[in-house]
Amino acid sequence: MTRDFTPKVVTASALLEGDAVWLTEDDRWTRNMAEAELIEDEAHGDIRLLFAQSQSETVVGAYLADAKAGEAGPEPIHFREAFRTRGPSNYRHGKQEAGPNF
Amino acid sequence: MYTYTDFDERFVRNRVAEFRAQVARRIAGHLTEDEFKPLRLMNGLYLQLHAYMLRVAIPYGTLNAAQMRQLAMIADRWDRGYGHFTTRQNIQFNWPELRDVPDMLDALADVGMHAIQTSGNTIRNVTADHFAGAAADEIEDPRPYAELLRQWSTDHPEFQFLPRKFKIAVTGSPNDRAVTRAHDIGLRMVRDASGAPGFEVIVGGGLGRTPMVGKVLNPFLPREDLLPYVEAIVSVYNLLGRRDNKYKARIKITVHEHGIDEIRRLVNERFEQIRPTIPPIDPEYFAQIEQSFALPVFRAAPVDGYEATRAADPAFRAWTDTNLAPHRAEGHAIVSISLKSHGATPGDATSEQMRIMAKLAERYGHDELRISHEQNVILPHVHKSDLPAIYAQLRAAGLATANIGLVSDIIACPGMDYCALATARSIPVAQEIAMRFDELKLEHEIGPLKIKISGCINACGHHHVGHIGILGLDRAGVENYQITLGGDGTETTVIGERAGPGFSADEIVPAVERLVLGYLDLREAPDETFIEAYRRLGAAPFKAFLYPQEAKANAA
Ligand code: SF4
Repeated sequence: MTRDFTPKVVTASALLEGDAVWLTEDDRWTRNMAEAELIEDEAHGDIRLLFAQSQSETVVGAYLADAKAGEAGPEPIHFREAFRTRGPSNYRHGKQEAGPNF
Repeated sequence: MYTYTDFDERFVRNRVAEFRAQVARRIAGHLTEDEFKPLRLMNGLYLQLHAYMLRVAIPYGTLNAAQMRQLAMIADRWDRGYGHFTTRQNIQFNWPELRDVPDMLDALADVGMHAIQTSGNTIRNVTADHFAGAAADEIEDPRPYAELLRQWSTDHPEFQFLPRKFKIAVTGSPNDRAVTRAHDIGLRMVRDASGAPGFEVIVGGGLGRTPMVGKVLNPFLPREDLLPYVEAIVSVYNLLGRRDNKYKARIKITVHEHGIDEIRRLVNERFEQIRPTIPPIDPEYFAQIEQSFALPVFRAAPVDGYEATRAADPAFRAWTDTNLAPHRAEGHAIVSISLKSHGATPGDATSEQMRIMAKLAERYGHDELRISHEQNVILPHVHKSDLPAIYAQLRAAGLATANIGLVSDIIACPGMDYCALATARSIPVAQEIAMRFDELKLEHEIGPLKIKISGCINACGHHHVGHIGILGLDRAGVENYQITLGGDGTETTVIGERAGPGFSADEIVPAVERLVLGYLDLREAPDETFIEAYRRLGAAPFKAFLYPQEAKANAA
């Protein structure tokens, strides 16, 4: 593990629906951030991002986002990334519709 | 109202067919996102935080009942049963799926609408005074000129790749309700010494990162020169505008860097060059356009019933006090339907509400609706005797909030609840301010006050020209809100002054409350508005309300 590296997840938008998705360790795209692969090494992050960017038929705009290990899996750090796991705050639309966690 | 010619219809249909093929190729993997993105943006399709967003143009904010109903149908069928009206008189659908967008565009084309040039570095939807054609203070309806500009700018081959986006606003009235001084080009109708109408041409206004008040390029432009003159401006900008730095690419920076006199010289030179090459507008053709905006025939009828209801029903009276504006015709009024019920999302209307507004327009309003840049809907031509019936139906639909121009009539951009560029949320701040002042029951006593909120420096929520402006920022990973004071978006446009350090999400509503309650103590008389008091007293006493600790420390 690299020193001073904030762990990351690879995230993107789904091509068809446009909603947030995260890359899992076994190369799937999940809509549940807790299932994402928490990347703790910078070089590995670069490799995973390159892989994500090659998935142009499935996702759009892949990037690395800061994350931390939570009880169930990776959790967001920045509020923007937290919103992406839920949806807007003015209606119960988006991911929060489905989940009991919100 | 202007209806599409065969030419318009064919153009829009062809564009939809073309985009349908592009979407199919993207989904099949034949186009990469880099290839597809400029194509979808040309058709108004953005990718936001939680989904795609389709931005549909409502040219100069005018639409009829059939169009409004179609927007409702689209919201139900392909979106989440609502739409968001924006400060550029557009409507945005927040939840379309990529596959459905071509069908949505076809459904728009069915009623003469589209999403072309609602994105990209092109001339965007031309906006206009939302009271155009109805206002008592108007010289002339500016919409025939706005329509002319729409036709000229749509798919203009030379202006599809400008240095940056380009926004034009037009008003036919000396009282500027179209924020013309904050546009790339603002056109304000004026009369010359002989009384003939023409345009004061304002250039280089804009909000965003570097807010600037537009400057007068030409104090009086004869109407017949409008197209060649505007063409000259855009063409000078197209050559001179900076393409090396996105933040310096708008015409306001071009004007700032070269000076208004040099820009005027270049525009005049270009104008003389191109005028002979642009055929004058065929008067017969222009008459046809004008005809499509002809005033309806207004009826003469008694208004006793209206007056009687006003006297008998205080809620109706309060609504008529705030939500009506003077109409040019005797016995008539302009109705503003508030999309700002306390706690609701500014500018959002459900499909059901859209249908009711469509029905009211058809039944009582000569089939006309307008969208205001303040994110409300207007019935421009209503006879006063119909107001009690209209009010009752609006009320049943949650559309009768009596707050136009008051503290809860807040402009708010989508902010970080939707927008991918946002640095903080704006909708919840608007919701909480509106609820708080509703709870205090002080709104009507406070009187006219414009609060405008943007979720980032791009200023789609016009915060610079709010009497109280709020800008949401990200300060070290936390939402933070900066207040500006004393802004004005009318013919006396002023960019607001930053008050001081920002406030956290928890502090912003109490800060606004201190500011507004403080104003109540400062005003000389109940009819001295917030902005008047601010102009009389300057920023200092208002800052003291915002930062009481500091004020105390300074006094000590
Ligand atoms: S002001 Fe910023 S956050 Fe708000 S809509 Fe515009 S770009 Fe998005």
